[in-house]
Amino acid sequence: MAGIAAGGARQNPIAPYLLVAPGVLWLLFFFVVPLIALGETSVAVQRGPWYDGFQRAFTTYGTHFFRSLRYALAATLFAIALGYPLAYFMAFRSGRFKNLLLGLVILPFFTTFLVRTFAWKTILNDNGPAVSLLTTLHILPQGGRLLDTWVAVIGGLTYNFLPFMIMPIYVSLEKIDRRLTEAAQDLYSSPFRGFLKVVLPLSLPGVFAGSLLTFIPATGDFINAELLGSPNQRMIGTVIQNQFLQVRDYPLAASLSFVLMAVITIGVLAYAKILGTEELA
Amino acid sequence: MAAVIPLPRRIANRAMDIYAILVLGYLFLPIGVIILYSFNRPEGKFNFVWKGFSLEAWRDPFKYQPLVEAMKLSLKIAATSTAVATLFGTLIALALCRYRFKGSGFIGLLLVLPLTTPEVVLGSSLLSLFLNLNAKMGFTTIVIAHIMFSVSYVALTVRARIRGFDWTLEEAAMDLGAGPVRVVAKVTLPLIAPGIAAAAMLSFALSLDDFIITLFNSGARVTYPLYVYGAQRAAYPPQINVVATAILVMSLLLLGASVLWQNRAMREATGGGH
Repeated sequence: MAGIAAGGARQNPIAPYLLVAPGVLWLLFFFVVPLIALGETSVAVQRGPWYDGFQRAFTTYGTHFFRSLRYALAATLFAIALGYPLAYFMAFRSGRFKNLLLGLVILPFFTTFLVRTFAWKTILNDNGPAVSLLTTLHILPQGGRLLDTWVAVIGGLTYNFLPFMIMPIYVSLEKIDRRLTEAAQDLYSSPFRGFLKVVLPLSLPGVFAGSLLTFIPATGDFINAELLGSPNQRMIGTVIQNQFLQVRDYPLAASLSFVLMAVITIGVLAYAKILGTEELA
Repeated sequence: MAAVIPLPRRIANRAMDIYAILVLGYLFLPIGVIILYSFNRPEGKFNFVWKGFSLEAWRDPFKYQPLVEAMKLSLKIAATSTAVATLFGTLIALALCRYRFKGSGFIGLLLVLPLTTPEVVLGSSLLSLFLNLNAKMGFTTIVIAHIMFSVSYVALTVRARIRGFDWTLEEAAMDLGAGPVRVVAKVTLPLIAPGIAAAAMLSFALSLDDFIITLFNSGARVTYPLYVYGAQRAAYPPQINVVATAILVMSLLLLGASVLWQNRAMREATGGGH
């Protein structure tokens, strides 16, 4: 703190504003102003009342909204179920392999998102290894499919955003003082109770951050639904993209996009309220 | 002291190890498929079903001109947007770490918001702006979009890396008679360089991989992810897997080099004694 005060006193008081100006102006012009433009476009209705786009967004595409939220929620829950134990393993049980595991978890990011998702198509297609394995095990009936089902779409969403869940949970587990976990072992009758009472509450900020980083992109994603699903699994992102770029019904398209943002903002605030965590970044 | 670990506990631990390894397997399965299918000899238009081993795609990775053009365009966009975003983002991070000023809370929020907004909203709102302005979609609009989301990532990454640095070193240099330019070149930059390099790599990777935001603002230009998107509808040659594998290998080499460099910088900064 002393360094900041001394440095600040020696330098011009407008120096920080000069430093942030280019980046902040860029974000204002190309992030904030576009959101205003989106709102403007959503009410720029040719015929009918100003809320015509919103009305059609709800009546025609309500199912797509609910499906997107449902799929994203399922993917988030699966990512917690898969990611939490792995993060725990990395933080407490990986020993000298910790850094290697950290590198391995972010490895998928070094291959293109679309190519990765296409690889799932190779694995899950009707003649692929997954279907023949599951039919041999009688988990899937003869002629059953994985591709073009919700299983494939939710599986793909879980896969693509899993590292975003693992990393924040790992960071929050890593920060826990080891003396606390040792004390918990001494205090509570079983290791599991010790985990529930000490480790889990302390790792909740990580679960919170990871859930946001999974849920938000999963809700808006349409690659997984388009590559791994059929029209029955179509998500709201596909509709928005289609209305903006092909149909070019801009008021409807902008309304859809605006509603998606509003729904997510409300959801995130409610979630923050329930968990009582103010920590976001 | 070394108490015997009870058997149920040992079984639980073993079960968790196996579970963790299975999850890691889930993460790697598609990557293995990508690499394996770069050696496939596909019949027909799609590289979808295993037909036999072949080095053909690796021998002729530049066979498809549109793929090469798309890759060139993506690299150009990534280089341009990374250069600008790294500069802007680093300046914001420096200001946030070194000064206390009115509005820094607002700036923190402004940096986080693009990351908590779905890409489809970011892309479509930029498109709304460009439509209102009658802008022509293409290279410039893609670069504008990529700088927008990269600035946040760069600023947050650099800030996390340089928090808690000992800035008194700069004052010491000034007291010893160094001018501001010399201080920045000889003291500030070497201190923060590893953080900036990490942020620039992240920004480059994000730009190269971005599909959703680019789709909205690309006009008729085709970047590498957009090419792959088109290919999965029309014809998907194994060269796509070759390029993906090559990117993976090069990123790993870069990552390894940067880890080594950072370790060395850390040793030099803390070990002292020149």
